This record gives sequence, structure tokens and C-alpha cells, in this order.
Amino acid sequence: MIDFVWLVPLFPLIGFLIIGLGRNILPKAVAGFIGSLTVLLSFAVSIAIFVQLESSAVKTHIVPLFDWIRAGNLLVPFSFQVDPLSALMLLIVTGIGFLIHVYSTGYMHHDAGFSKFFSYLNLFIFFMLLLVLGSNYIVMFIGWEGVGLCSYLLIGFWYTNSAYASAAKKAFIMNRIGDLGFLIGVFLIFATFGSLEFAQVFPQAANLAPNNPFLILITILLFIGATGKSAQIPLFTWLPDAMAGPTPVSALIHAATMVTAGIYMIARSNILFTLAPLTLEIVAIIGIATALLAATIAVTQTDIKKVLAYSTVSQLGYMFLALGVGAYTGAMFHVLTHAFFKALLFLGAGSVIHAMSNEQDMRAMGGLKKKLPITFITMLIGTIAISGIPPFSGFFSKDEILAHTYQHSKTLWVLGVIGAMFTAFYMFRMLFLTFYNKFRGTHEQEHHLHESPKSMTIPLIVLAALSVVGGFIGIPHILGGHHWLSQFLAPVFYQSSVRTGALTLDHQTEFLLMGVSVAGAVIAALIAFVKYSKNNHVPLADNVDRGTLARLSYHKYYIDEIYDFAISKPLNFLSGFFYRVVDKAAIDGVVQGLGRATTEASKGLRLLQSGNIGFYIFMMVAGIVALLLYGFYNI
Amino acid sequence: MESITNSIQGVPLNHYILFCAILFSIGVMGVLIRRNAIVIFMSVELMLNAVNLLLTAFSVHHGDASGQVFVFFVMALAAAEVAVGLAIIVMIYRNTSSTDINVLNRLKW
Amino acid sequence: MNLFYFIAFLSIFFSLLVIFSKNPVYSVLYLIVTFFTLTIHYILLNAQFLAIVNFIVYMGAIMVLFLFVLMLLNLNEDSEPMKSNLIKVAGVVAGMCLLVTLVGSFRALGDSDPLILKNPEIGLVKNLGKVLFDEFLLPFEISSILLLSAMVGAVLLAKKDPKKI
Repeated sequence: MIDFVWLVPLFPLIGFLIIGLGRNILPKAVAGFIGSLTVLLSFAVSIAIFVQLESSAVKTHIVPLFDWIRAGNLLVPFSFQVDPLSALMLLIVTGIGFLIHVYSTGYMHHDAGFSKFFSYLNLFIFFMLLLVLGSNYIVMFIGWEGVGLCSYLLIGFWYTNSAYASAAKKAFIMNRIGDLGFLIGVFLIFATFGSLEFAQVFPQAANLAPNNPFLILITILLFIGATGKSAQIPLFTWLPDAMAGPTPVSALIHAATMVTAGIYMIARSNILFTLAPLTLEIVAIIGIATALLAATIAVTQTDIKKVLAYSTVSQLGYMFLALGVGAYTGAMFHVLTHAFFKALLFLGAGSVIHAMSNEQDMRAMGGLKKKLPITFITMLIGTIAISGIPPFSGFFSKDEILAHTYQHSKTLWVLGVIGAMFTAFYMFRMLFLTFYNKFRGTHEQEHHLHESPKSMTIPLIVLAALSVVGGFIGIPHILGGHHWLSQFLAPVFYQSSVRTGALTLDHQTEFLLMGVSVAGAVIAALIAFVKYSKNNHVPLADNVDRGTLARLSYHKYYIDEIYDFAISKPLNFLSGFFYRVVDKAAIDGVVQGLGRATTEASKGLRLLQSGNIGFYIFMMVAGIVALLLYGFYNI
Repeated sequence: MESITNSIQGVPLNHYILFCAILFSIGVMGVLIRRNAIVIFMSVELMLNAVNLLLTAFSVHHGDASGQVFVFFVMALAAAEVAVGLAIIVMIYRNTSSTDINVLNRLKW
Repeated sequence: MNLFYFIAFLSIFFSLLVIFSKNPVYSVLYLIVTFFTLTIHYILLNAQFLAIVNFIVYMGAIMVLFLFVLMLLNLNEDSEPMKSNLIKVAGVVAGMCLLVTLVGSFRALGDSDPLILKNPEIGLVKNLGKVLFDEFLLPFEISSILLLSAMVGAVLLAKKDPKKI
């Protein structure tokens, strides 16, 4: 089955073509059905591949399709690489992709662009699969750019709203900044190793000494690419704005799959990063800084999707922290569990928004527990999972990350636990504000409240189940498990794990760490309960004066404004300068001056054109004399 | 015939060039100082003939017949040119009752 | 040898008369004389064919055409437009300048090889005819088309516009 891996991206591509070309002909039901079916087929093939890979002794298979670029010593085959890492990502992308397709058939049912939406979604799945399957950096880059494009298209899906359209542009441009870094990194890889194939680059890299300056430069550039795609400092501000897109898009692209592409890319290139400890240090610091920054912003946001968006940024920060401390398996583990519970939370939020007639402000919600029982229960599960309370999935992955962090640096661990407490706090805050106490919206909204249709609740239930049990694939040894995921991914991270070594904490410390983080999460949840459920506290309205810290957080630390002031304004000024002075005055001056000089000179010379033949002949003779003299003196 | 051809033996080639250049310049002067279109035309013929003579002289000097063939073609061309040119002058005269080229100062459009 | 210089003098003399005589009819007659002296030059160079053609075509046909047009238009000294003296002087000066530069650029004043008739047969009708109908057959044929089109053009131009009358 592994040889047929090309079927996996092929199905969504076919789906995209059929739906995209027939978007005005196909009935909604057919478009939704084709869209979901193609992804389901991909999922089925992915499972078959996964099962075969699991039982096979050879863990890395390269499936060449055709030679794509052959120029000089640059040979780029269009080929796919199937190994545990890509197999895992295949399952996440197609599995969650399928659930979200099904969900979308319900969520987008009343939208005029229904078929367009599904064609974009299928295209996204196609590119995402290219990204994870590519056996070299170029194919990966195609997917990388493709998902950026689809993200742009889907954020700006309701492009008639100019704020949404500019959110899409913002996402695209921020991504482009990162992509440039990635691209330069790829060039450097080719210059250093003479190849772009993973299978050729990594063994060569493994022979290099650590701290090779080229490796450090390459990894920093690749990391810049990852910060763009995975929304890390300094390029994270696009992700909260990306919530302008339909909620299934936020769940699929901006929580479960695309934003984890940066983590996937670094995990894929793990050996390069392991040999560049300086970069890893930067990755870890950026990761924890992003996690904390986003978490502190999330605690005061009132838009339910914004809370989830900052939560996503924060969780991505954790994944980068994991990468930075060398816990590649932990990062991939968190990618997996995060995909489950964050997709669940987004879809649950979508269900709430659906029920609230497109109201996203939590100040207008409350008391939805009775009206939306399934949504409530599933979101509760998601919240517990993300807070890291055992035995739900988030606990296992977060614990693994924190344990590795502790071994690496105590300070980072303390910050990580604080971040985890913030996570628990704002997630439970969201839950209580949304589902507890009395309804605060308008009467009309209250009348309209209803549980979502089956097509939306079934994906929620499936994802909730996965959020509960998803962590069991990585039970650490001290809890009696044997960490199946780590063994499964071991071949991919072999070269790195040889260098970094295994976790060497004794059992007592490890239990203590778990206890601290769980206790922190529970305490944070209790604070949230007391504040928002018992005392019925509702966040202040926009125009009310807040305390300094709250205001900083509520306004996202004014980062957008700072960027605007520090980057956009000078750039605009510079562009204006170039436009007015360099372009208008200098270049236009020269160009138009030449034209004007010609005109003026012609006006003068026109007088010579008297029409008198005798004069013409005279001038002709003078010209001949001049020419002869010229030739005479020059030869 | 022998005596005739003998009479030019020893004339330097430069003198032919000089002679033809003088003849050509006289033609140019004619074009410049006269206003009568027909006389200007005749001056042009003079220039053509100066060139013809020089071509022949060189042809003889080099012992190559091509030069003389070329002169023949120039003559054919001159005949054609005169026919058309004189026809144009007749037309002009018919319209302006003059062959003064200063009347024809509309060449600026 | 002296014959050449004598004839050359005659040519220059008559050609000057051509451009300076006021009556265009005289100009044509002087031009005919000039062409006759040129014919003598051709004979001296033993270019018999060209001499004959020059005699017949130029002196005969073309000059008759000039004379014919002059007579047709009834041009004489009275109707002759003359330029102002200033322009005449300017024209002569320009012509002289041209002459000086031409002579200078040909470096014609220095000594050079004397002209030698390497192959006296070259200018004979028989020899030239062979060259003309062998090597230059195509240009020869094309020149016939040129003459034909010139004839058609001349007829068309000289014809009175039927609409105007």
C-alpha cells in the first residue's frame, strides 16, 4: 500500500477539481459529499499505510513519482517519503480533515459559497499532504506555499467584509516574511550539502561537527520560516486575526494542521537543529515567550474565537519549547493531542456561534449548558484536556514537554508551569462564561437557541473521544506505560536522540513535576470557577477603564500598534519618500526631461524645415562635406 | 585605334579622380545656384556622368569589365529617371506655370 | 597624353557654361557638348561600347528629351528665375568646399600609378556583351522592367487629368 501513497493527495485534488469546476452546477449536498468522501478515502489509504508501516521492518520508504527539476547538479525528484513522522501527520491531516469536512456540511449549510468553501478545503488538504509527504525541501515548500495560499483564501472567504479581507492579507504577508527565511534556508542547504533530498541531507549533516556556522544559519532561517507559519514571536499577530475565516477553517487550518507545519518541518530536520544548540536555545526561548505572551493576552479576551486563537498560539509556543529542549517526540505528541482538543474546542465554539446566530462575544453568552448539552460536554472534555488534567490527552503531552524542559532548564520549567496555569484559567473562564449562569444575550437570540445538527455534533463527539483517549498512545514509563509513540517515532529522531540522550529524571522528581503542574491547573481552574461561575463576574465592556495590566492584555500588548508604528509607518514613509523624491522627481524627471528636451529641440529644429528645396540641397551638401571631413580626419 | 589609346598612356589615375571630382562639384554647384528645375536636372546628369567616367577609368585600370557594365546600368537608370523627372516637371509647370523650385516650398508637410 | 588634358579642359569649360548660362536652351546645348567631350574620354579609354551608348542615349535621346521639354514649356532667358547673388556665392563656396574635401579625401593631388590599358579588349562590344549576358543577365533583365515602369510612370504623370478638363 505504501507504493500507492500518491493516492492520498490525489483524492483531495480530484475533489478540488470536481467541486471547483462544478461549483455552480453541483447541488450543495453533492459538493459536500464529494468533499468529505475524497478526504475519507485519503484517510482510509493513510490508515492502510500506517498499518503496513507499523508492521514493516523498514521504516523509511521513498516513493518517486517523476523527476521534476534536472538542471546541472540540481536534481529535484517529485517523490514522497513515508516514514513514521509523515504517516502520523497523514493520519492527523486526513482524519481531522474528514471530521471537519463533515462538520462543515452542517456549519456552512446556509452559506452561498458552499461549493467554493469545499473546493478550498480540499485544495488545502491536498497541499497539506504534499507538505508532509514531500521527500525533499522543494516539494515541502510547494505544500508550504500552497497551504499559505489556501489559508489566505479561506480567511478571506467572506471577502466582502473589508476587515476580513485585510486579515487575510495580513496572514499572507506575515507568512511570506517567514517563507522568505525558509526559502533562503533551503538555498543554503543546497549550497552546503549539494542536495535537497532529506535522505541525502540528513546523513551528511549527521557527520558534521556541532555548532557548524552554516548549520546555525540554516536552522535559524528555517526557524524564521516556522515562526511565520506557526505563529510565533515576532510573526504571530496574524493568527488571531485569521479568526475572520469560517470556524471550521479556524479549526482545521489555524489549530490542527497548517500552523503545526513549522513544528513538523523542524521535527523533520531534527538532526540539523540538534547539531545547532544555539538555534535550539533560541527556539526554546521564543517558544516559551510566545506561550506566556499569548496566554496572558487570552485571559482578558472576550471574543470566544480570539481566546481559542491565543490559546493556539500559546500551545504552539509549548511545542516550540519542546523542540527547543530536544523533546521532538514530545512536540509531535503535543501536535497530535492539540489537534484533537483544539479542533474540538474550535468546532464547539463554532457550534455555540451557530446557535447564537453568529454572536462571538462571550459577554452576550452564558447559561448555554441546558440548551447545548452535547456541545457543552464535548467542550468540557476539550477544556480539561487542554488544561492538562489527567487522564485526558493534554496531560500526557504537556507533562512530557515539561519533564524535558525541567531537565534542560529549571527556569524554563517554572515559566512553562505558569503558562499552563494561565491556560487552565482562561480555558475554564471561557467555559464558565459561555455555559454557566444566566443568558446575557438578546431575547431574540435566546429564542433561537438550539443544539446543532447531527453533522456537527458527531464530529464533536468523535473528537471528544479522541481527546480523552488520545493521550494513551504516549503513557510514560513511570505510569506503567511503554510510550508507544516514542517507539514509533524513534527511527525518525534516532540521530538526534543519540546526541541528546534520554530523560534521566528519577521517578520521584517526575511524579513531583506531574503533581505540581496538575495542581497548578486545578488551582487555576478553581480560581476561574470562583470568579466567573460563583461570583458571576462578567468582563467589562470595551469602553470601560481597566487596570494597567488588564488594559495591556486586553489590547494585546499593543503589538499590532507597535508593528504599525515601528515597521509599517517607516516603510510607508520610505515608500512615500521613494515615490515622491526618487521616482517622481529623479527618475520621472530624467525620463520626462528627455522627452521634453526632445520636444523643445524639435521646436527649434522645425524652423529649419522651411520647405525650400534649394535650402535642403544646400544642407545636404554641407552634410556630405562634414561626413567626408569626419572620415578624412579619423581614418 | 592604337594611336588614340596610346595618347592616354601615362596619365596618372589621380588626374582622372581630380577631373571627375571637379566635374561632380560643378554639378553640385549647378544644383545649388540655379532655380530652374530643368537646369538642376541637367546638373544632376552632369554629376552622374562624372561618376560614370570615373567608373570606366577604374574599370580600365583594373582590367575588369564589371565597372563598364555598371556604367551601362547607370545610363539605363538615368534614362528612366529623366523620363519620370521631366514628366513631373511638366506636371508642375502645368499647375504652377513655373519651373522655379522656390515655388515648390510645400515639402515641409 | 596632352590630348587627355585638352579634352578635360574642354569638359570643365563647357560644364561651367552649362551652369552659368542664363538661357536654359543654351545650357542644354552646352551640356550636349560636354557629353560629347565625355564620349571622347570613353574612346580614349578604349571603352567603345560605352562611348557609343553615351553618344546615342545621352546625347541623342536624353538631351533631345530635355530640349523637347524646354521647347514645350517655352522657357527662355526672360522667364528664367535667377537666385540672388548672395545665394550664388554661397552655392559656389559650398561646391568648392565639396571639391576640396573630395580631393582631399581621395588624396588625389599626390602622384600615383599611371593609367595603363591592361586589357585593351575589355571595352569592346563583343567582350562587354558576353559579360552582360552571362554574369549580369538578371540585373539586365530587371533594368528592362525599370525602364518599362518608368515609361508607364512618365505617361501617367504627363497625361492630363481627365476630370479637370
